Amino acid sequence: MDGKGGIRMAAEIRQSESAPTSSAEAFEQALLVLDRLAARRLLIDPEGGESVIQRIENIMVPALERIGRAWETGKIALSQVYMSGRICEDLVEGLLQESGRPRKDQPKMAVAVLEDYHLLGKRMVYSTLRASGFALKDYGRMEAEALVRRAVEDEIELLLISALMLPSALRVGKVRRLLDRSGSRTRLIVGGAPFRIDPQLGWEVGADAVGNSAADAVAIIERIAGGGS
Amino acid sequence: MTHSEMTSMQRVLTTLGHQEPDRVPFFLLASLHGARELGLSIQDYFSRPEHVVEGQLRIRAKYRHDCLSGFFYAPVEVEAWGGEVIFAEDGPPNSGRPFLRNVDDIHHMAPPRIADSDCLVRVLRTIEGLRAASAGEVPVIGVVMSPFSVPVMQMGFDRYIELIYEQPILFDRLMKVNEAFCVEWANAQFKAGATAVCLFDPVSSATIIPPDLYRKTGFPSARRTIARIQGPVATHLASGRGLPIFDDLAKTGTVMAGVSAEEDLGRIKTACRGKLTVLGNLDGITMRRWTQKEVEARVKNAIAEAGPEGGFILSDNHGEIPWQVPDEVLMAVSDAVRRWGRYPLDWIDESMNGTAVDDR
Repeated sequence: MDGKGGIRMAAEIRQSESAPTSSAEAFEQALLVLDRLAARRLLIDPEGGESVIQRIENIMVPALERIGRAWETGKIALSQVYMSGRICEDLVEGLLQESGRPRKDQPKMAVAVLEDYHLLGKRMVYSTLRASGFALKDYGRMEAEALVRRAVEDEIELLLISALMLPSALRVGKVRRLLDRSGSRTRLIVGGAPFRIDPQLGWEVGADAVGNSAADAVAIIERIAGGGS
Repeated sequence: MTHSEMTSMQRVLTTLGHQEPDRVPFFLLASLHGARELGLSIQDYFSRPEHVVEGQLRIRAKYRHDCLSGFFYAPVEVEAWGGEVIFAEDGPPNSGRPFLRNVDDIHHMAPPRIADSDCLVRVLRTIEGLRAASAGEVPVIGVVMSPFSVPVMQMGFDRYIELIYEQPILFDRLMKVNEAFCVEWANAQFKAGATAVCLFDPVSSATIIPPDLYRKTGFPSARRTIARIQGPVATHLASGRGLPIFDDLAKTGTVMAGVSAEEDLGRIKTACRGKLTVLGNLDGITMRRWTQKEVEARVKNAIAEAGPEGGFILSDNHGEIPWQVPDEVLMAVSDAVRRWGRYPLDWIDESMNGTAVDDR
């Protein structure tokens, strides 16, 4: 896409939402026009007053959340959300290695796709969470039984499942039953088109939370990790 | 003015001409439900053209809708390219691991030969059977994946998005190969007897890529492709949003747009009026739990929004009814379109004037 289109969209999004800090705003613009260098520059505090982790939390996470909301309301396209997440994931990997700082305290988490090969949603969630400073296992594509076995073995506390097709989304109900039968207290966070379109579906399959965008996962995890339901 | 009963073909052609036929045409794109009618597994059902022909005829007889479809499943083309197809007991067959493992493989890929691909030949035999059974009175719909959308199955969604943004030369090469195959595959379906071909193109939707980027990528590809297809083409955005690009879609040469349940049907009709016939937009995901009352309300609303002046076919928003949607719901949709879709749609004015119509 051309830079003007991306900046125009970013401006429209800004007008419709509360004003972010100027750095987060500029960072969001850089993501939407795929300007990696500008994004990296904005993430490094020229004065050295904030740590990398603080810059990520104050600039990158809000930008990704706003991009997620813009996707939910149809203002930007999936490809922009995906590319923004990828850029942030790469930046975080590089900057955290440079800074040598530990990641924030968090529950043990994994992300997976059930049965089909529609892996984009999982990738987006993975990128967004990594970019937000979380560590998590990527289980890839799995059948319900194997997924539950592995989650129990790994003592996963939060299991994120992405689904594009309705049959895959319904299969989450089987994961829930198998987890319950095993005595596991793993919580299920689900997302993907069927859950977004049918708000009752998450409840039907026994999910603990439903995310409407990859960025939603961050807020849900923070809520659950903070003792919320 | 009243209309005498038209054949399905007359009904569809009239609405395609943006005129009002005898009633709103209805396409029930239930590609999987034929297996249930025949008591077969989905995999067995698609193993023989005779099964699909029989399934389609039974579905049409049962629900009295206005087309026959030669569509098997989206990854049938990937199967022809040498990719893996995974069958399920309760849903559409899915494409397996993408067969383009490395983006550099795009340099060496060549389209499959249709005559050498058993899966594609089964589709062509099915279209021939449907054409023979239709006696020219029912449109027979063929389906192709758009050159711009099929790479999702060929190489995976994530790598394809990266390719679009970051590797224009390889992207152009991929479009060239896919366009050649798409044109040949569409024309083979016309030769077998298809009345029209539906180009499935969700990646072009505003849900997946920004309209600015579509105009530089999916749009020129679709225009080049459709120009070489020897028959009418309908473009289906498969649940994706289209409002920002309907003007562009019309310029690709397509005659119809399959539209999203996430957009207002009245706004869609306004954007498409006189340019594109609107196909949609009942939501297949929530449909499985609709009550009879909900069905009627949703069908009425769709007809009120998009039915006047023709240029509208009632259908689902994705181009495929989920396996989980019960027969009773589909029957209720069929009954509702008969009850409320008969032209002239006088009840819309009555309804707007506050006249009760629910007890009709």
